[in-house]
Amino acid sequence: MPVSAVQLFELQEIARSLRVDVLKMLHNADSGHTGGSLSAVDIIAALYFHKMQHKPEDPKWDGRDKFVLSKGHAAPALYAALAKAGYFDSRHLMTLRQYGSILQGHPFSLTTPGVEVSTGSLGQGLSMANGMALASRLDHKDIKVYALLGDGELQEGQVWEAAMSAAHYKLENICAFVDNNGLQIDGCVKDIMGVDPIADKWKAFGWEVQEIDGHDFNQIIAALDNADQVKGKPSLIVARTVKGKGVSFMEGQVKYHGTVPTEKELTQALDELGAA
Amino acid sequence: MKDRQRRSTRKAYGETLAALGEADERIVVLDADLSCSTQTAIFAKKFPDRFFNMGVSEQDMIGTAAGLASAGKIPFTSTFAIFQTGRAWEQIRQSVCYSNLNVKLVASHGGITVGEDGATHHCLEDIALIRVLPNMTVIIPADACEVEKAVTAAYEYSGPVYIRVSRYDFPVICDETHEFTIGRAKVLRAGEDLTFIAAGLMVSIAMDAAESLAARGINARVINMATIKPIDQKSIITAAQETGAIITAEEHSIIGGLGSAVAEVLSENCPVILKRIGICDHYGVSAQPDVLLEKYGLTAKHFEKAALEILAKKKSK
Repeated sequence: MPVSAVQLFELQEIARSLRVDVLKMLHNADSGHTGGSLSAVDIIAALYFHKMQHKPEDPKWDGRDKFVLSKGHAAPALYAALAKAGYFDSRHLMTLRQYGSILQGHPFSLTTPGVEVSTGSLGQGLSMANGMALASRLDHKDIKVYALLGDGELQEGQVWEAAMSAAHYKLENICAFVDNNGLQIDGCVKDIMGVDPIADKWKAFGWEVQEIDGHDFNQIIAALDNADQVKGKPSLIVARTVKGKGVSFMEGQVKYHGTVPTEKELTQALDELGAA
Repeated sequence: MKDRQRRSTRKAYGETLAALGEADERIVVLDADLSCSTQTAIFAKKFPDRFFNMGVSEQDMIGTAAGLASAGKIPFTSTFAIFQTGRAWEQIRQSVCYSNLNVKLVASHGGITVGEDGATHHCLEDIALIRVLPNMTVIIPADACEVEKAVTAAYEYSGPVYIRVSRYDFPVICDETHEFTIGRAKVLRAGEDLTFIAAGLMVSIAMDAAESLAARGINARVINMATIKPIDQKSIITAAQETGAIITAEEHSIIGGLGSAVAEVLSENCPVILKRIGICDHYGVSAQPDVLLEKYGLTAKHFEKAALEILAKKKSK
């Protein structure tokens, strides 16, 4: 169903507040991954605040849809969304990466409510999502399993093993995103180890593929709804994104892959996001 | 080797798995294109809906098992030991052990007795690779009967477990009354002069050696250390205190496996003279299993020689 103007405005506001939280958390933690968290915010917002069936007050609710952040270094975006959804108190956000925090540098299922499986070592998330999808099929549960992969992550061989498995087992309840921001820590993906053409590769592996603007909620939600209609094969959504999205001086800048805003940068960034 | 009845440990695994699968629908099985070798094919035939052949992709197999476990299933993953623990080690670390997921890794073709396939398929490193991982339990059953008990115990236990079985048929040393408890070693033969601490196939060889030594008036204790982790420290310390000389025996590199685990306990608690028998930091070659056991010093005759040497050292101290 198309998104109403009110829903669209609400999602944009949620995404804006998640970006504010991400920047504050990372500045406070003084380490972490800014660019790839910001590029993934809109996809994560669309999932947690529009698409997925879930109950933050009951994280293990049997009927929930599941999300796997395979690009685990975007943890701040996931944590901000989980806090806003009500999985845990938002005061935890400022403990990110500190000793004793429930929020580890990369997602850890045993300490963070709402984190389904632990990720952080690239390439492993889709296999786990497939396992969840197989389990739901055995249990005759009508749930969807979403995964979010980075484009640099596609260089991992295991991703392609999992791509084969999902198609082989006809996992129509799998919907994966590629956060296609075009950058990885050492530079442009095309210069480091090209992964194009992404859509053609996944099609060849037996997936239904859509290509969208990963910052346009209308397109994200339409693609998610389309994926529900796909039968007999898994769905991939290649989301063209901008690394550092939402902060002018971070957008498209590889240096913000693994660095965090300084005090001055944070002030400017929050100002741009209307949160100064 | 003494003329004992022999049984296949991998077949015992396949049959036990199928029996457990009958009783509990949560059990699912994953294999990486070796289901006839690992004997998970028995389960696959009986419960095709709960069997997932992942093809030749061990990393994806472990990750998929982790996802199944996170959703409440009890996955057993099987392939050859070197591929399961070597190729997919980081998946076992990150996707399974870190989150303490209830995945049972049962690897066949452990050790040198894989034989003719040669060095690429021998697995002499799995115990070292696996026992270093937090949350992991590590078991090497000594015979087919112990495989049945260990696989059942692993199923009943919550958390990751690694069990090594073999291509080679093991002499039978346990009977149906054998009780297996994770983390508890068994003294199979009493003795005060020295102690053999062995695992897997080496347990029956140590028993053979102990019998021959008894004929010479030497009383060797034999401990079946089926659980490598958590290791039975008490049994090791008691053996050190009471016999003063320890020989470990394993079908594995002497680096990082049972011998190392025993050395860690001894050196921190009760240092006594120790001899580690195993593969001495080299690859294997293609040959019949019995030829390799002979060439690499894994026979009762070699164990007896090691016993005499360690006794001489013990006396000279």
